[in-house]
Amino acid sequence: MRDVAIVAFAQSDHLRRTDELSEVEMLMPVLHQVLDATGLRTGDIGFTCSGSSDYLAGRAFSFTMALDGVGAHPPISESHVEADGAWALYEAWVKIQTGEADTALVYAYGKSSPGQVRDVLTRQLDPYYTAPLWPDSVAVAALQAQALIDAGDTDEAALAAIATRSRRDAEANPHAQLSGPVPAGDYLVRPLRTGDCPPVGDGAAAVILAAGDTARALCERPAWIRGIDHRIEAHGLGVRELTESPSTRLAAERAGVFDRPVDTAELHAPFTSQEVVLRKALGLGDDVRVNPSGGALAANPLMAAGLIRLGEAAARIHSGASHRALAHATSGPCLQQNLVAVLEGESAHA
Amino acid sequence: MPKEPVAVVGIGQTKHVAARRDVSLAGLVREAALRALQDAALTWADIDAVVIGKAPDFFEGVMMPELYLADALGAVGKPMLRVHTAGSVGGSTALVAANLVAARVHRTVLTLAFEKQSESNAMWGLSLPIPFQQPLLAGAGGFFAPHVRAYMRRTGAPDTVGSLVAYKDRRNALKNPYAHIHDPGITLEKVQAAPMLWDPVRYSETCPSSDGACAMILTDRTGAARSPHPPAWMHGGAMRSEPTLFAGKDFVSPRAGRDCAADVYRQAKISDPRREIDAVEMYVPFSWYEPMWLENLGFAAEGEGWKLTEAGATELDGDLPVNPSGGVLSANPIGASGMIRFAEAALQVRGQAGEHQVDGVRRALGHAYGGGAQFFSMWLVGAEPPPG
Repeated sequence: MRDVAIVAFAQSDHLRRTDELSEVEMLMPVLHQVLDATGLRTGDIGFTCSGSSDYLAGRAFSFTMALDGVGAHPPISESHVEADGAWALYEAWVKIQTGEADTALVYAYGKSSPGQVRDVLTRQLDPYYTAPLWPDSVAVAALQAQALIDAGDTDEAALAAIATRSRRDAEANPHAQLSGPVPAGDYLVRPLRTGDCPPVGDGAAAVILAAGDTARALCERPAWIRGIDHRIEAHGLGVRELTESPSTRLAAERAGVFDRPVDTAELHAPFTSQEVVLRKALGLGDDVRVNPSGGALAANPLMAAGLIRLGEAAARIHSGASHRALAHATSGPCLQQNLVAVLEGESAHA
Repeated sequence: MPKEPVAVVGIGQTKHVAARRDVSLAGLVREAALRALQDAALTWADIDAVVIGKAPDFFEGVMMPELYLADALGAVGKPMLRVHTAGSVGGSTALVAANLVAARVHRTVLTLAFEKQSESNAMWGLSLPIPFQQPLLAGAGGFFAPHVRAYMRRTGAPDTVGSLVAYKDRRNALKNPYAHIHDPGITLEKVQAAPMLWDPVRYSETCPSSDGACAMILTDRTGAARSPHPPAWMHGGAMRSEPTLFAGKDFVSPRAGRDCAADVYRQAKISDPRREIDAVEMYVPFSWYEPMWLENLGFAAEGEGWKLTEAGATELDGDLPVNPSGGVLSANPIGASGMIRFAEAALQVRGQAGEHQVDGVRRALGHAYGGGAQFFSMWLVGAEPPPG
């Protein structure tokens, strides 16, 4: 395998609404920022890959307009996943592994404000048996939370503590949508209160990947991707043990998480209860700094939130705050699909 | 370290039809996947990862359907990646899957693309207006017809060329059991008498709306050695994109298409595509795109593509058969259409194209494009492994 690193990361401020901005306008400053950080221009990049969802934009082929923002002329080698940008990063990492590219630009964005995101996400469920019942995303997460409480894995007080910690940590994150003391709030869907749920908002993120010496030339302390893997589980909520996340566990094994301890973990857990599930699957102890950015409870721009976890973990490596960090992204209801990566500060060949 | 050679050892398609009311989305994709596994003499357990593609989710009204389809495609516990690059997606999906093998991340990958247009309405799916952007209220035909007119004006092509393409592709389709449109009574006169939809594109020169899926099994050298049937070997593959709208865009012959073809030919060491490539499956949703792409892909000089078509060079028995399967004009499950082009190219070099097999095909090109003629994906496959 080639040594590949995240060498730059940028994100927008995450906001409840961005009515005055198109997706392209929301994305442009982030693209400029991440390119400026390396001094690269669009034409220097070997491969570009993005993640987004037509259903958030309410329009087919919404991603085609984002390409205008990249400035893809002369034409570029480019692809797109209809998923969180973390999977776009995976596709870009594979492309670099083939040797066909040495650098990659990965970006992702999502505007949840034009629609009712709880309703929109019901369209992601089994279209014949489940979606017609319109179970919304909070209700589905509440099923998982109640299963955890029933299993004795957590309780409402412990969940509230996760929310409090996340939003306190978000005070140091200038991009966060929510930060500071947040009351647990009323029940949204029992047992989840507003404090247990992510904010709905708009945002974008971008990273640049580079291989070997190119990475060293572009970044003082590259965040080397030591392993990356993703796995999917069955879709039906009735055929899964919702208190476990075997796909996270397997992806983590494949990514080498358990080879040596990590000091930081950026987990994509939009609901407090999902952090409980992920901590268990990943075997994270209290000595691991979880979501120093505030995590998805502080800002959860759909389709970008997973890529942001990779970016935040990389930024901790870049700054020297972390030596070995875990980054996680999720997709689908109740943590159906999970991606895990391990980032490290030093090159094995240094 | 050089890339791992990539072999196509399994191909499966559904019979493409206007509406598959007998199967769900899951049933449709599983049918194609099982046929590909059977062709490769493999089981679900042999598959390391699944790469799936389709065109916009609005075409079926399911957001990120791969989540729901994970069970049907045996993906549980495996990596599953969903690609979406507009109309080129079937080709891009195959290339993403091929990269997993080429990079030695996985050894054997199932790749699949589908569309079940009967579950929704593609014209509606393409026409959702949003503020401050050019609406596409006439569907794809309304967008592309002016570019066809520009081609005719630029090259002086007679207005009969489009009907020749449709007549040829629909006759080829009669030899392909999976093609959607089978009209045994087809004549050139009938094609030319069809109503005008988007001038100069007639109804008979337009792709149908189909339900269908296409799957392929891609594997490494070791996997290819176990294949019960001759594999097709990938000699080159590339994607190129350019913006939808900008002042310098040439809608008749987009630079992204030319650059993409050039990259594939460089990888496959092809210097004269017309002479060195034996069959082409190109994405021709409206008949006039055959002469246009012949030029864009380097098979004819600028302004000369229509002459190849008119001279019969692209017929099944011509010296450069184009769309022996009947092409997109005869079956268009949109998200799958690009992968079908890639798969048909592979069938030709494997000698397994049945009645529409072209004699002696050693190298074949599969081509797909999408968006506002802005996304391109192509691969070149051969009967022999790539050198080295």
